[in-house]
Amino acid sequence: MASVPVTRRGRFQDFSWVDFIINALRVIIILLVIVGSANTLLSGRFTFEQWVSLFVAGLAQGSIYALIALGYTLVYGILLMINFAHGEVFMSGALTTVFLAQAFARSGFLDAQPLLAIIILIIFAGLVSMSVALLLERLAYRPLRGAPRLVPLITAIGASFFLQYTFRGLFGSQFRSYPAVQALTGSLEIGSISIPIVQPVVFIAALLLMAGLYWLVERTKLGKAMRAVSENKEVSRLMGIDIDQIIMFTFAIGGALAGAAGVINGLFRPQGVNFFMGFVPGIKAFTAAVLGGIGNIRGAMLGGLFLGVIEAVGPNLVFNGLGIPGSNQLKDVIAFTMLVLVLIFRPQGLLGERLTEKKA
Amino acid sequence: MERDKKSVWRSAIETGLIMGVVLLYLGVIGMFAAFQEREVIYEVVTLGQILIFFPALIGGWMAARRAQKSGAAPVIVMASALVAGAVTAVPTLIMLFINANIENVRDVLVNVNRDWVDMVTFDNRADLLTGTLALLGVLIVSAGVGGVLTLLPKKLRGALMFAGALVLLIGMFGETVRQILQQLVPRETLDTIYRRTSLRLTPAIILFVLGFVGSYFWEVRRNAVTRSYNAMPAPQRTVVQRIGLLIFLVALLALPWIVGRALSDIIVTVGIYVMMGLGLNIAIGLAGLLDLGYVTNYAVGAYVAAVLTSTGALGLTGGQMSFWVVIPIALIAAMITGFILALPILKMRGDYLAIATLGFGEIIGTLAISDWLRPVIGGAQGVLFIPKPNFFGTELVNPEQLYYIVLAACIVTLFVSIRLNNSRIGRTWMAVREDEDVAAAMGIDTARAKLLAFTVSAATGGVAGAIFAAKVGTVFPNSFTVFVSINVLSLIILGGMGSNPGIVLGAIALVGMPELLREFSEFRWLIYGALLIIMMLNRPEGLIPSKVRQRELAAENPPEPAPATSGVTQPAAGD
Repeated sequence: MASVPVTRRGRFQDFSWVDFIINALRVIIILLVIVGSANTLLSGRFTFEQWVSLFVAGLAQGSIYALIALGYTLVYGILLMINFAHGEVFMSGALTTVFLAQAFARSGFLDAQPLLAIIILIIFAGLVSMSVALLLERLAYRPLRGAPRLVPLITAIGASFFLQYTFRGLFGSQFRSYPAVQALTGSLEIGSISIPIVQPVVFIAALLLMAGLYWLVERTKLGKAMRAVSENKEVSRLMGIDIDQIIMFTFAIGGALAGAAGVINGLFRPQGVNFFMGFVPGIKAFTAAVLGGIGNIRGAMLGGLFLGVIEAVGPNLVFNGLGIPGSNQLKDVIAFTMLVLVLIFRPQGLLGERLTEKKA
Repeated sequence: MERDKKSVWRSAIETGLIMGVVLLYLGVIGMFAAFQEREVIYEVVTLGQILIFFPALIGGWMAARRAQKSGAAPVIVMASALVAGAVTAVPTLIMLFINANIENVRDVLVNVNRDWVDMVTFDNRADLLTGTLALLGVLIVSAGVGGVLTLLPKKLRGALMFAGALVLLIGMFGETVRQILQQLVPRETLDTIYRRTSLRLTPAIILFVLGFVGSYFWEVRRNAVTRSYNAMPAPQRTVVQRIGLLIFLVALLALPWIVGRALSDIIVTVGIYVMMGLGLNIAIGLAGLLDLGYVTNYAVGAYVAAVLTSTGALGLTGGQMSFWVVIPIALIAAMITGFILALPILKMRGDYLAIATLGFGEIIGTLAISDWLRPVIGGAQGVLFIPKPNFFGTELVNPEQLYYIVLAACIVTLFVSIRLNNSRIGRTWMAVREDEDVAAAMGIDTARAKLLAFTVSAATGGVAGAIFAAKVGTVFPNSFTVFVSINVLSLIILGGMGSNPGIVLGAIALVGMPELLREFSEFRWLIYGALLIIMMLNRPEGLIPSKVRQRELAAENPPEPAPATSGVTQPAAGD
């Protein structure tokens, strides 16, 4: 099963009628989006301030997607597999850390030293998620390397449900809330625009983590080894790189970022966390990863932010203009439609995949 | 020799620790307590307790097996099993200790509660020392049983295990067995066998002995029976086969009247899932298209049937349209949806396709619950007042009657599925599954083949949905989540991709079981998830593999595509 490099995909598949339908679909969707947006904008239903605050909220949400998406992209870059259970890795960190956060809040530590407390929470969640990711890799994925491609994917789906219900068994099914942090409750007034302070904080925290990752991958020896393995496993092995170790590191880093995202997400959204919280963000983060070009680290960051913004602005912009009621209920539809559209029209993503190998 | 002995102990301790973690895990997620209510044998043993014995038993068995393989004497073999059993207790004991010394473990780990402590200390909550000893004793004995089993001759061991499993099943499904027996046996006789729904001790022992003797004799005589069957002349053999088939068919027809109403209801649900399994199998098993949005077809079928037949406000015909007209409409509607949704994803492959179809499923689910479509399909309230099918003037109200509809639909689906399997288009699908590029190069229109696979596979989903709507009488968006798709996927994986009998078995096990064991339903998705992982790791071809698939996997496996990474992991994969 050596992978044969194929320069252009779908070389044997010049089905003009399929292309025709896909192109027609493309035109229809573009038309819908234009008509919807134009309608909304011309009707002046929303003020400029409202758009800006939606945009900023979208950026904050998007930075969380980006952190999760990095886990998908890192693993895909090296193993060419979709770690479907990555959403659950995110959940495990968020759900476990909620207890520590509540303890911090009870003891007053959270309000006395908010920065330190949040850093500790992030580290703790990162460690939990990292352990889950490593266990997953060791027990479920490693024995399947070299198996037909659908086999690890089905395993990952199984792992996803297994983890969800394991955490349900451990911690119960109720929602648990992260305590409100005093320092993050206010809002920022810029002119007539009011932005909850937590949003820029979330955004900046995520940016810092991503910068850390970027440094790790681009500037350290470990990162170099990771890039080498994703380029070519056999040659890297010949160069003396321990492939198994690098794969473990990859899962560990992806897991740690997901756990950190879990805490940040918990601080950002007051509605609480439970065992099922990882499923939908998982799929959305995967969308973000594909959007940016899976395997591409910068792409995942950009894709996450992009998806967050689209999801925040899209329902009001497009659906409202098309006269669809309850447009905010359809937020998920935007994300999933986006997923399908990207997979159809630009599977290599916005920034392009790093990988030239044949995709199954 | 010295090193060998050492490694025997080490592997015993390792096995014990792994099983110990399993034991702790099962307890901490609340499984023991959930199954504690179900008594397998009246006042002797509950299902929860059997769950405690099992990890130790398996650990003992595994440790003993390893010791045996390294050529140790029977005494050492037994000793290693006992050591493994004792070690199994360690993680649970540590948790007991933590729980006894730290106040509020329960606030975090919700299932580390009094019930759990009672379970693992065998009701010695107050006196932890006695409790510890009780747990140790029980686990060591269980592991010892596992060890003894490895030392017995094969036939004897097989018979013992069969008898044990028989008693376990009859006791575990006491409620069901009782319901079935109720129709055949007078109440008094039944009460001597069962106390409410749990087996009494004496009948359990009798059952064990009967099972043991029967199984042992079958083991001994099996070869003779097969030989005499094979020695029969061909026409006689067909007669035997036909008689077998006839008995099977009669049993199928009489089934709902034998098992009673409650079970018929469950069988109808199983049937609906058999249909969906067979349908999805066309996409996954034959054409290799991992469709994670199969619920879409089910939802379309159900909603079409609901809207067309409902007598409520949302009903388009005011309940005038008959169920029998709706079935083909639902089928066609699902096929059209399948066709339309397949169009944009024809160029995708493998995992991208899986995620895209998952996206479709989620979109349909969100749309069904949204306010936008509320005027048509009722939003979160769903469609109500769906009448039951009417068969020449008789309303098919009971599950016993609905059963025949499902049975007929299943048989038709099965027939179509078998015919497709051996047809030209079936082979086309298999070619596409194996390698799309090669298939295209051989002149197969892969886009057409994939479209056809999606469309045909959607059809049975639509019919299943329509039957579901008629059975339940109301259609809610909550019935159409990603869980349906995963459920169907799991049953296909369990039974075997591309294997029709496997799918029937998978549906019975994965859909029927949770309905029979109500406590089980809480852990349903946990077990499905574990099952998917375990099947993929150990038996990707399923329990009843299709012949083609078996051959393929056999061809793929032995040379182990090892150069990159899998060579290192081989020992890990083995255990």
